[in-house]
Amino acid sequence: MEILVCARRVPDTSENEIELNRARNDIERDELVYSINEADNYAVEEALQIVARVGGNVTVVTVGGEDDEEILRREMAMGANHGVLIVDEAFAGSDGRGIATILKAFVQKHTYDLILTGVQAEDGAAQVGGMLAALLDYPYASLVNSIAVLEDRKLKISREIEGGNKEMNEIDLPCVLSIQTGINEPRYVGMRGIRAVASLPIPAFSASELGIDPGAVGQAAAKVKRVDYFVPVMGKGAEMLRGSREENVEKVLELVAAKGGLK
Amino acid sequence: MVGGYSPAQVTDWLMPGKNLFLTIHVLGVACFAYIVARRLMPLLRAERDPRFDRPLARLGKVCQFWVGQWKHPRYKTAGTLHILIFTGFILLATRAFTVLIVGISENFVMPGLSGEAGHIYNVITDYAATVVFLCMAVAVIRRMLFRPARYEVPARFGKGHKADAIFLLALIAILMVADSLFAAAKSAGQSQQGQPLESLAVLSLPWLLQVALASASLPTLGNLYFGAYLLHEVTFYFLLCYRPFGIQFHVETSLFNIYFAKLDHGTLKPVKWGVSDEHLDQVKSFGVKTFENFTWKHILDFYSCADCGRCSDNCPADTVGRPLSPRFITIKARDYAYRHYPMFGGVANGKPLIGDIYSEDEIWSCTTCGACEEECPLLVEYIDKIVDLRRGLVDDGKVPQSLQKPLKALESRGNPYGKMEKKRSDWVNAKEFQQVCCVKTVGKSDVAEMLYFVDSITSYDARMQSIARATAKILDHSGENFGILGAAEKDSGHEARRFGEELLFTALRDRNVEAIKASGVKRIVTADPHAFNALKHDYKDMPPVEHISQFIAREVKAGTIKFNPLENGKDVYTYHDPCYLGRHNQVYDDPRDVLDAIPGLKRVEMTRSRDRSFCCGGGGLMLFYEPKEEQRMSVKRVQMAVDAGANVIVTACPFCMTNMEDAIKVAGLEGKMTAIDLTELVDQQIAREAQKAA
Repeated sequence: MEILVCARRVPDTSENEIELNRARNDIERDELVYSINEADNYAVEEALQIVARVGGNVTVVTVGGEDDEEILRREMAMGANHGVLIVDEAFAGSDGRGIATILKAFVQKHTYDLILTGVQAEDGAAQVGGMLAALLDYPYASLVNSIAVLEDRKLKISREIEGGNKEMNEIDLPCVLSIQTGINEPRYVGMRGIRAVASLPIPAFSASELGIDPGAVGQAAAKVKRVDYFVPVMGKGAEMLRGSREENVEKVLELVAAKGGLK
Repeated sequence: MVGGYSPAQVTDWLMPGKNLFLTIHVLGVACFAYIVARRLMPLLRAERDPRFDRPLARLGKVCQFWVGQWKHPRYKTAGTLHILIFTGFILLATRAFTVLIVGISENFVMPGLSGEAGHIYNVITDYAATVVFLCMAVAVIRRMLFRPARYEVPARFGKGHKADAIFLLALIAILMVADSLFAAAKSAGQSQQGQPLESLAVLSLPWLLQVALASASLPTLGNLYFGAYLLHEVTFYFLLCYRPFGIQFHVETSLFNIYFAKLDHGTLKPVKWGVSDEHLDQVKSFGVKTFENFTWKHILDFYSCADCGRCSDNCPADTVGRPLSPRFITIKARDYAYRHYPMFGGVANGKPLIGDIYSEDEIWSCTTCGACEEECPLLVEYIDKIVDLRRGLVDDGKVPQSLQKPLKALESRGNPYGKMEKKRSDWVNAKEFQQVCCVKTVGKSDVAEMLYFVDSITSYDARMQSIARATAKILDHSGENFGILGAAEKDSGHEARRFGEELLFTALRDRNVEAIKASGVKRIVTADPHAFNALKHDYKDMPPVEHISQFIAREVKAGTIKFNPLENGKDVYTYHDPCYLGRHNQVYDDPRDVLDAIPGLKRVEMTRSRDRSFCCGGGGLMLFYEPKEEQRMSVKRVQMAVDAGANVIVTACPFCMTNMEDAIKVAGLEGKMTAIDLTELVDQQIAREAQKAA
């Protein structure tokens, strides 16, 4: 099975203290540490596990700049066969649909049976997967937390439903799935793995190479625009427990039970 | 046959069996040689391990741990029994060889043991055989009736080894009886024939048998003599050839195992011996994945284990119900070797050990505290094996999810918490602290004589920063010209290395080494035993490194540091030895000397202290690991402090402190027990005014 995983490099929320910049339109990006978006990492692991079962190749693609090669290498160290960088100045400021348009152009130049994305980017809006499926006219399932390959180019997938329930679906290939974290336990990538793939080539494609109309993507074409960015102030309803440990534990249990969290 | 044979001389009684005995000799030796050759096969296929250096140091180990049985008295009953049996065996060795030769050449006397010397030797060995026989009886009774818990085999590790142990003990007992009967029949025969008598040691086993046989007929004695010889011969060779299949192989291997034992405390074996750090990239596979990835010495360890259970008896992981028992790391590997390198036919190998005999959780459960190695009478190594198995897991990407984030953070931020580099020295900016102590960052424009290496937890953890400030104030009080590396300091990498991430460790180390060398400092001090061990053993060409407790002890002795008496005379203190200060670096007395120098301080020892200290639960990355366990190690440890009658635990390690404070809360001992770091206590009690006045 030929699998494409769409990945994205994001500021690592566990290794950064996210602060707003002075202009208050973005976060302060100096000294940030970036890594692959966590859900995308799960998607790559899932792709690798599927390929280990049924054979095939895993390609990881990202739309970004040269810095983003770092995450492609990390996923290649995990075992992905190819990494592909799609880079063009025309892409800057693309909204979700813009990114989906770029990816669609790449997918149409190749043959993939299955396209995976993370359920959402940590700084994103969980929209690219669905839009990409629609643009490709592929079936789409979101919040997928297990995948089994069936005969006749079908998959059996389960989806997470609010309240902890699961729903089983059959879906035809080719399709797009957005992968929920926790679907697997991603393998560890150490320094050694990354060094081993350090010199492998990573092909880069530009807008013209993929036949993308620069006018259809980028800032100018974006119809969703960020107008503000702020840290919400702590609202009412937040309660600080200031008793002894025993009292606090009792109070927490009481509160959780009152909200239906304990059965 | 022999019954009808009545030779003129007792010494001819063995004549008819000469050819039989010779055949048994040849067969026995050939069998043993073949078995040993097969047992050596995996060693020859194993990884290299240079253990042929420093012969004098190795002979010293042999004298101390083999001849001297150094570790044995740590377990009084079993240890005493073992020392008696070992001594008996050593004394009886010459006698046993003489007896073997006598079967072929009946008048043989070992050179040097004729006449009076021989008589003295016989008396000694008569008693030795008796003592060994009695020890066997006691050992069997212990195994059957008293059944020390450490010999039991938990169901998850398979069947018990009791039957095999008793069988082997019985064989030795039979050997002693046969040897004694042989001597007794001969002596009784000589006495009846009025020949010059080889008198037996009074009340020894041979003597008792001789008394019992006094009235037996000569032919009966002849039969007994012949029969005892045959029994001795058969039992001797059966034991020789059977031991390499069970727990008594150590009789043959222990001398070698101890001679080739690891000489350097606190160090770790490299990924591959003979491959320098620069060439590690060319190593195809890291760590131990298959049995043959162990070094030959590690396989010799597996053969040498006597299954005494002392390692697991002291292992904190085993104690709190984690899925790790060091004893079974060895036993399972030995069983694996015997299964896959059988006596006949081809050898099977190349299959992964994880998922077969070991589980991932088992390998991650070790805190590398070293209690098992400290206890092992045969100097079996565990930490290097665990780390090698972890290197294999890391290489295959099999790292618990809970450890992946801190490892990644170490890679990108140089600390496991993912905190910003520039905040590494935030602890110096605390207002009250800044008023009394100014800490400079070396490297830019400032130079210093001494570097205080803080390491990650003490730099970033709000509670542990207090240790950093106390340390700085102590150094300042002592007039040291010291500084820190600040943002240039990275995690020491001590735990990254012990968790099998060798290349991450070398990356961190290289950055620290570069910063330390650039700083031009002459000495290093640290309050973190893990950093201390890393700087001392894992880094190379560093300026001299000290733990702060060593520094304080020296300053106290020199009179630079004096203490105010404790105001509260009611508290009872106990000192908890951090593994990487104590067992791995033998710093036991300095922290105690410092405590004892504080006027009015009452100190008690926990039962498990010094080299038997009980690990707090592990430091560094172990704080992130979520083990499967029934109880926390630290809760167990705090309970030990309660049992000792203490209400203040003093430690000298930020990780111990983290675990102890957690445990005090978990155990519900808040208000009844407190934990304090040695530096904090010293800082609190230091007599600053008196000093200035003086």
